[in-house]
Amino acid sequence: MITLEVNGKPHAVDADPATPLLYVLTDHLQLHGAKYGCGLGQCGACTVLVDGEPVFSCITPISVLQNRRITTLEGLGTSDNPGPVQRAFIAEQAAQCGFCIPGMIVRAQALLSRNPAPTPEEIRAHMSPNLCRCGTHMRIVRAVERAARELKAAK
Amino acid sequence: MARFSIIFAALAVAACAAQQALAPAEPPAAPSFDPALVRKGAELAALGDCNTCHTAPGGKPYAGGRALKTPFGTLYGTNITPDPETGIGRWSGAAFRRALREGLDREGRHLYPAFPYEYYTRLSDEDIRALYAYVMTREPVRASPPPHELRFPYNVRALLGAWKALYFRPGVFQPDPRRSAHANRGAYLAESLAHCGACHTPRNALGAEMKEHAFDGGEAEGWHAPALNAANPAPVPWSAQQLFTYLRTGLDAQHAIAAGPMDPVVRNLARVAEEDVRALADYFAALMPGRGQTPEAKADSGGPGAAIYAGACGTCHDRGRDASSGSALPLAFASALALPTSKNLLRITLEGIAPPAGEPGRFMPGFAQALTDAQVKELMRYSRSRFGGGAPPWDDVDEELRKAREDK
Repeated sequence: MITLEVNGKPHAVDADPATPLLYVLTDHLQLHGAKYGCGLGQCGACTVLVDGEPVFSCITPISVLQNRRITTLEGLGTSDNPGPVQRAFIAEQAAQCGFCIPGMIVRAQALLSRNPAPTPEEIRAHMSPNLCRCGTHMRIVRAVERAARELKAAK
Repeated sequence: MARFSIIFAALAVAACAAQQALAPAEPPAAPSFDPALVRKGAELAALGDCNTCHTAPGGKPYAGGRALKTPFGTLYGTNITPDPETGIGRWSGAAFRRALREGLDREGRHLYPAFPYEYYTRLSDEDIRALYAYVMTREPVRASPPPHELRFPYNVRALLGAWKALYFRPGVFQPDPRRSAHANRGAYLAESLAHCGACHTPRNALGAEMKEHAFDGGEAEGWHAPALNAANPAPVPWSAQQLFTYLRTGLDAQHAIAAGPMDPVVRNLARVAEEDVRALADYFAALMPGRGQTPEAKADSGGPGAAIYAGACGTCHDRGRDASSGSALPLAFASALALPTSKNLLRITLEGIAPPAGEPGRFMPGFAQALTDAQVKELMRYSRSRFGGGAPPWDDVDEELRKAREDK
């Protein structure tokens, strides 16, 4: 048994220690925000936060995650009560097919927690590991900029 | 004792001897250069990797400002565009040639050997003319790099005169008439323009290459530059064809993927004449007689490192597909596991491999955020013992991990 702290709650998980976190999130914890994209850590659809830093959950074995803080898309807000970054993505209609967007939101959250006023260049550099095949990058960047503005205004 | 005093006095004299300034020239008009010579210069500049140190990340080509970390402090690449004020626009052909051959700027000041004039001194007159034609026809950019940040006494430029007296041996490359033109071409490129030894040959405490250890393996910007001679530890001996493929594409399925300071080198070699890359590959293949063992991973020893490897690394490295953007080398073949130091495997593990922003290239995700220091150490121990071909455990992991984390 491995205990994982996900979105503030401990979960005892009965799985092989080498199992990538993504499979545990979807198969054991019914958390479907993080998506299976490439399974190789190359696309970012599975991005979650570990101790506030973005990681690819498809290539992160659960054995390295004991006593660490895991935050998934679900930890940033709900459909009824979306968090500030999620609201900004909705307001900018940043999703086309939407498959990459959970990973984008989570990665953007990591940036804004550390740097509340990123420049457009900093946003692009930070977001670059996450791919979007529909090509809504301009809206994604605008959504991150909007989230930064609104988080600042809310303070 | 007397002998040392004499040497020291000689060095002091050499250090203080003023070097002659060469007269400034009016910047030559671009059309005054033969386009064929400019094209040749472009190829030579790529073989010489000039753009790497003379271009800042995201900056204008050849306008300088790129930081180069050395054991003596940080140097910044200079502006070599033909801007008359901040670049080399007022350098005559003679001043340019003297910089390459003697390591002096137009005003006669010594240049730091991070600019590898120890190699460029061997360049032919014709190649220097072509390089001059190329750089003088680039877009002039008004830009001054930050001043070098070197520790005392390395920041005293005049002392380079003493350094040169001790270590710098000027002289043009002499082809060996017993060798083929192709072999001489490879030797010329390796020992002059491509300045391979600048990273792949170890340096002494004063940053001078240890000539008796040519290509024994050196260091560059926190990375180990592997030995390119019989000491090369690759499990499968490098063939000339494999070296060619690696130098041309940055990827050889039985050895390595170019990373760190080697990445820009292979980017440049991808766009030069194939024949020149073959000449380089043949030159080094001849220096690296292999031991011909077949690499084999040891049985999985289990433990914490095994779970990390299986969940984080094996997902790609155990796939058994051809090396491509979606797969990875089986680690029993990977040179990084067989090196005498852990630093390359550590840096690749933490930061991954990625092309510069917006450029295509080879990719591996990094694990700097996913893994704690203790977990990285477990993974290093496990990987070395399972895939290191029987090499002893690394004893530098703690130190190198600290440095790699600091450099980020």
